[in-house]
Amino acid sequence: MEIVEILFTASFWAAAIRIASPLIFATLGELICERAGVLNLGIEGIMVAGAFAGWMAVYSGTGLWTGVCVAMLVGMLFGTLHSILTVPFGLSQHVVGLGVTLLATSSTYYAYRLALPEVTSPPKIEAFQPFEIPILSGIPLLGPALFSQTPFTYLAFVLVAVVAVILYRTPLGLAVRAAGESPAAVAAQGLSVTAIRMGAVIVGSGFMAMGGAFLTMSAFDSFFFEMVNGRGWICIALVVFGSWRPGKALLGAVLFAAFDALQIRVQQTNFGSQIPYQFFLMMPYILSILALVVMSRRAKVPAALMVPFNKGER
Amino acid sequence: MRLEPIKNPSLARSLLPPASALGVTVVIASLLAMVAGANPFSVFGLILEGAFGSKFAILETLNRATPLIFTGLAVAVAFRAKFWNIGAEAQLYAGALMTVLLGTGFLPWPGVVILPTLALFSILAGATLLLVPALLKTRFGVDEVVTTLLFNFIFLLFISMLLEGPLKDPMGMGWPKSARLIPEARLPRLVEGLRLHWGFALAILSAIAVWIVQTRSTLGYEMRAVGLNKQAAAFAGIPVNIVLVKTALLSGGLAALAGFSEVAGLKGSLTLDLSPGFGYTGIIVAMLALLHPLGVIVAALFVAGIFVGADSMSRAADVPTYLADIMLATALLLMVLAIMLTRFRVVRD
Amino acid sequence: MPKNPVEALCLNAITKRFGELIANDAVSFSVMKGEVVALLGENGAGKTTLMNILFGQYTADSGTVAVFGETLPPGNSRAALDAGVGMVHQHFTLADNLTVQENITLGARSLFSPHLDRAASRAKIIELSEKFHLVVSPDADVGSLTVGERQRVEILKALYRDVQILILDEPTAVLTPQETDDLFATLRLAIAKGLSIIFISHKLHEVMAIADRVIVLRHGKMTGGARTKDTDKRALAAMMMGVEATPPQVAPVNPGAVLFELQNVTTPDFGNVPGLKSVSLALKAGQIIGLAGVSGNGQAAVADIVGGLHNPSAGRVVLNGNTIQKWSPREAVQNGIARIPEDRHKTGTIADFDLTENAILERYNTDAFSKGGWLNWRRSRAFADSIIDKYDVRCPGADTPIRLLSGGNMQKLILGRVLEADPQIILANQPVRGLDIGAVNYVHSQLLAARDGGAAVLLISEDLDEVMALSDVIHVIADGRLSPEFSRGQMTPAQLGFWMAGQGFETSVAHAS
Repeated sequence: MEIVEILFTASFWAAAIRIASPLIFATLGELICERAGVLNLGIEGIMVAGAFAGWMAVYSGTGLWTGVCVAMLVGMLFGTLHSILTVPFGLSQHVVGLGVTLLATSSTYYAYRLALPEVTSPPKIEAFQPFEIPILSGIPLLGPALFSQTPFTYLAFVLVAVVAVILYRTPLGLAVRAAGESPAAVAAQGLSVTAIRMGAVIVGSGFMAMGGAFLTMSAFDSFFFEMVNGRGWICIALVVFGSWRPGKALLGAVLFAAFDALQIRVQQTNFGSQIPYQFFLMMPYILSILALVVMSRRAKVPAALMVPFNKGER
Repeated sequence: MRLEPIKNPSLARSLLPPASALGVTVVIASLLAMVAGANPFSVFGLILEGAFGSKFAILETLNRATPLIFTGLAVAVAFRAKFWNIGAEAQLYAGALMTVLLGTGFLPWPGVVILPTLALFSILAGATLLLVPALLKTRFGVDEVVTTLLFNFIFLLFISMLLEGPLKDPMGMGWPKSARLIPEARLPRLVEGLRLHWGFALAILSAIAVWIVQTRSTLGYEMRAVGLNKQAAAFAGIPVNIVLVKTALLSGGLAALAGFSEVAGLKGSLTLDLSPGFGYTGIIVAMLALLHPLGVIVAALFVAGIFVGADSMSRAADVPTYLADIMLATALLLMVLAIMLTRFRVVRD
Repeated sequence: MPKNPVEALCLNAITKRFGELIANDAVSFSVMKGEVVALLGENGAGKTTLMNILFGQYTADSGTVAVFGETLPPGNSRAALDAGVGMVHQHFTLADNLTVQENITLGARSLFSPHLDRAASRAKIIELSEKFHLVVSPDADVGSLTVGERQRVEILKALYRDVQILILDEPTAVLTPQETDDLFATLRLAIAKGLSIIFISHKLHEVMAIADRVIVLRHGKMTGGARTKDTDKRALAAMMMGVEATPPQVAPVNPGAVLFELQNVTTPDFGNVPGLKSVSLALKAGQIIGLAGVSGNGQAAVADIVGGLHNPSAGRVVLNGNTIQKWSPREAVQNGIARIPEDRHKTGTIADFDLTENAILERYNTDAFSKGGWLNWRRSRAFADSIIDKYDVRCPGADTPIRLLSGGNMQKLILGRVLEADPQIILANQPVRGLDIGAVNYVHSQLLAARDGGAAVLLISEDLDEVMALSDVIHVIADGRLSPEFSRGQMTPAQLGFWMAGQGFETSVAHAS
C-alpha cells in the first residue's frame, strides 16, 4: 500500500516537521496567553503581521535573525494592544481578539501595498537554509527528518523546552499558571495579576508572530496574502488538544502536521488524484474540529480563562 | 488602576467616549493616509464623495449595506445570547448555494412562489450549517468560536469543490462559476430604473422583525437572559441549551439570507468571490450597533459607505483600500473600550 | 501581654468611599505585639474594606497605615507583605491547579529568580506546620483539600512569609465548632511566638473567647472599643447594632402533612464536594426544617434537588405523595416550590435586567405574563410594582437595573417573586447571607409568617445560630450524610458541632437498622 510506504520515508517526516514548525511557535504563544487566563484570538492576524514583518525586514537588507526579531517585536506590539484592552480594561476577549486579527491583517496588507505598490508577484528573499547537525543527521530516518531542518525549526523545539521549564520550574511560571487559575491567589501574594497577564499576552503574541515569520522565512521565501490561511485558528484547537501543556501541544502539532503532509502525498498518488483536491485541503480544519470534540470533555481548562480580574471588585 | 461602576452616568459620560473613539479612528486613518503620501482631508473627502456623493454612489452603498445588514443581524442575535458565531461567512455561502441549487431551473415556478421558497430554503441551509457548532457546544462543550471559524474554511473549500465539479456552469468558459438563476428567481428592483433590489427591503424588514422578537417575545427574553447570565437563567428554568440552539438557528438563517439576497438580487450566480468577507464584517457592524437590531441598519450603512468610498478614493488618491479595513478594525476596538467607559470610571489605586 | 507593649500596627484616620457609600469613616486604632484584636461588626459595617486597605488591596481616600512605626505605601500588597502583614481572606485565595507547596511559595521569591528551590521551601513548610499544628501535606493538590485544610494552607501561606501581623477575615464561618477550637489553639501558639492577630468576626462568643480587645464598627464608623475582660456579649451587641439584639420569637406550631420528601436520595460527588449518600428528608406543612452544616458538605446538592436543578442518581423525590418522574426548575416552580437561591447576584437575579424582567424570571412563560410566545409587559410591570410596594423594595422604579440595588432590596424582590405565587414549599438557601440586620429580620419574619401560613420551609444555613433560632427541627449534614432529626432545644451547639464534624453517623446508622 502506497500510504504505508510514505510513512516510512524520511522526506515525509522532514515535511511533517517543517509543517509543524510554525504551528509550534504559534501554539506555544497561545498556550502562554491562555495559561495566564487570556484567550488571544488575535493569533491569526498576528501571524500575518509576523510573516510580513520578518520577510520585509530581510527584504530590506537585514539579516535573517534580525528579521525574526523584527517579526517578534511587531507581534509583541499587537500583543500589547490586545493585553491593554483585555487585561486592565477587561473587555471581551472574543471581540478584542477578532478586532486585533482584523487590524493586524488589514494594516499588514496596507503596509505591503505601500511598500510594494507595483509588483504582481512578490519578490523572494534568501530564506533560512537547512543545517545538518553533525552526527545526529546521520541517524537513519530520524536524522534526515529531525536533524536536517533549518535553524528556525530547531529554535521551535528549543522554545518548547524553555517554555516548559519556565512554566513548571520557576517562580515566574508558577505565577503565570496561578494567574490563569485563580487571579485572586496571585493578588493576595502581593503580585500584580495585570502585569503577569499582560506580560504573558505580549510574549505569547511575539511567539505567534515568529510562527508567521517561519512561513515567509523558512517554509517559503516570500509573502502572499492569505498565506496564514486559518493556521492561527488551528493553533487554538491545538492548545486544547495539548491540554495546555507545552510537550503535549508539541506532540499535537507534529501529529497534525504529519496528517497534513500525508494528505499532500496521498493527493499525488493514483488513488488521491481521483478525489477533488479541496477534499484534502479541508482535512486540517476537519481534523482540528475532531481534536476539539475528542479533547473538550477531558481537558482541564484554566479556571480563570476569559475571566477578567478587577481587584477592586466588590 | 481599577474600574468602578458608575451608577447614574451623565449625558457627557454617555456620549463623550464613543465620540472620542470615532475621533481617534479618524486621526489614525489620517496619519496612515499621510504615510501613503496623501492629504488626509482630500482622502476623507474622496471617501465621503465616493460613498454618498451621487445617486450612483448612494445606491452602491445601499447595495453594499444589504448583505451587511443580514450578517450584522446574524452576529448581533448570536452575540446577544453570548453565542459566538464567527461563521456568518460560511452561512452566507450556504444560503447562496441553496439559492443556486433550487433557482437555476430545478423549481420552474413563478416569482411570487419561487422567491419566498428560495429565501426559506436558504434560511434552512444557513441554520443547519450553524446547528453543527451549536450542538457541538451544547453536547460536548466545544468552544463555538473555533468551530465556526474553521467551518468558514471548510465550507468555502466545499463550495469550490462544487463549482469546479457538479455545479460548474458548462457555459462558464472554464471559470469556477455556477449556472445563472432563471429570471423568475431574480429579486426585482425596488424602484424601476434604480439599481437597488428587494433584498434591501427584506434586510430592513428583517431588522425590524428581529427587534420585535428580541423585545416582545419570550424567545427574545430567553436569549437576552441566557446571554447576560447563563447560571441565573438555568436556575429560573430557562432551557439554556435549547435557547442556544434556537439562537444559532436564527443567526445562521439570517446570515444565509445575505447569500440569497446577493445571488438573487445582484450577482445571479454563485462564484467563490461572492462575499469579500461580509460574514466577518458583520461582526464589526454588530459591535458598532451595540448589538441593537435597528442599530445594525445604521452601522451597516456606515460600514458600507466606508468600503464603497474607500474603493473610489483608492482609485483617485493612490491610497490602498485596506485603509477602510484598518479604520473599521480600529473603530471596533475603540468603540468596545468607549462603551465600557460609559459605564465604568477608571480609578487609580 | 508583654510588660512593655510594642505597637505593631497603627491605623490612622482611614477613610474610604465607594461612590456615595462611606465604607470607612476616619477609623483609627492600633494593635500591640502579641495582642489579639477582634474587629466586630455586622455585614456591611466596613470590616473587610478596612482590612483590604491595611493589606494594600484598596487605597484609602485618606489616612495612613503604619507597621512597627513605618508608614506603608498605599495600595501595595507587596509592601504590606514585606512589612510583615499577612491576610487570610474569607474567600480563600488558592489556585486549585497547584499543590499546597506551590500555593504557599507563590510570589515568595522574585519572579525572575531562576528556580524555585523546592527542597528548602518544603522543609520550611513542614517545620511551620509542626510548630503551629497545621497538618497538611505539601504535595497535595489544593483542589482535593477540604475547607478546613484549605484554611490551614492559607494560614501557612502567611506564616511562610514570616508575618508579624496576621489578619483573619471571618475565619470560623467555614469551620465546625471543633475545628474552630483547633484554629484558636493554633492562634494561641502564634501569639505566644509574638505575632499580633486581627480577628474579624460577627460572632460574639468567639470574640470573647479569643480576643484581648474588641473594636466595634458600625456603618463604617468606630462605635466602641473595649477589653474583653471588661465587657460582655450584651454590651458588645449593643455597640455593634445600635440596639440590643432580640432573637426572633418563635411560637411552636403543630406540623401538618408531609408535602415534600426525599427518599434515600443519592447524588454523584462533584470534585471534592461530596454527593448525597442515601438522604431522606421530609418537609411538613407549617414547619421550618433547618439544615445545619459546614459549607461544602452536600447542602448545594440538597438545594439543587429540591429546586429542580438536578435529579437524584438513586432514590426518589416525592411531592404531595406522588413520586416525581420528570424534575426541572420549571416543574419545581409550577408545583409550588419557592426557591431562594444561595447566591442572589449570580443565580437569583440577572444584574443587567431591570426589576420587571427579574420579577417574571421564573414565570415569564406562564399565562400570567405571556401568551403564544409574546410577553405581556404591562402585566409584568404591574407585578413588579406590586412586589416593590408590598415587600418594600427601595428602588427608583421597576425599570431600574437590579444591579443598582443593595443586597437587601435584591433579596426582597426575590422574596416577593417567590412568595407572591403562594408557595406550599419554600427552599431558603442562605437567605440572609451578607445582609444587614434590618434586612435579616425582615427575611426571617417573612419565613416565619409563611410557616405560620402553612408552608413547609427548608432553611439551609452555615450559620448555626440562625438555624437554631428559627428551626422547628434541625438536621445536620456532613459529608453528604444527613443526621437524624433533632427537635428545637434538644441539642446544644457543641452537640450539633459534633455531628457537623461528621461524627455520630455510624452509631445512628446502627440504630436505624
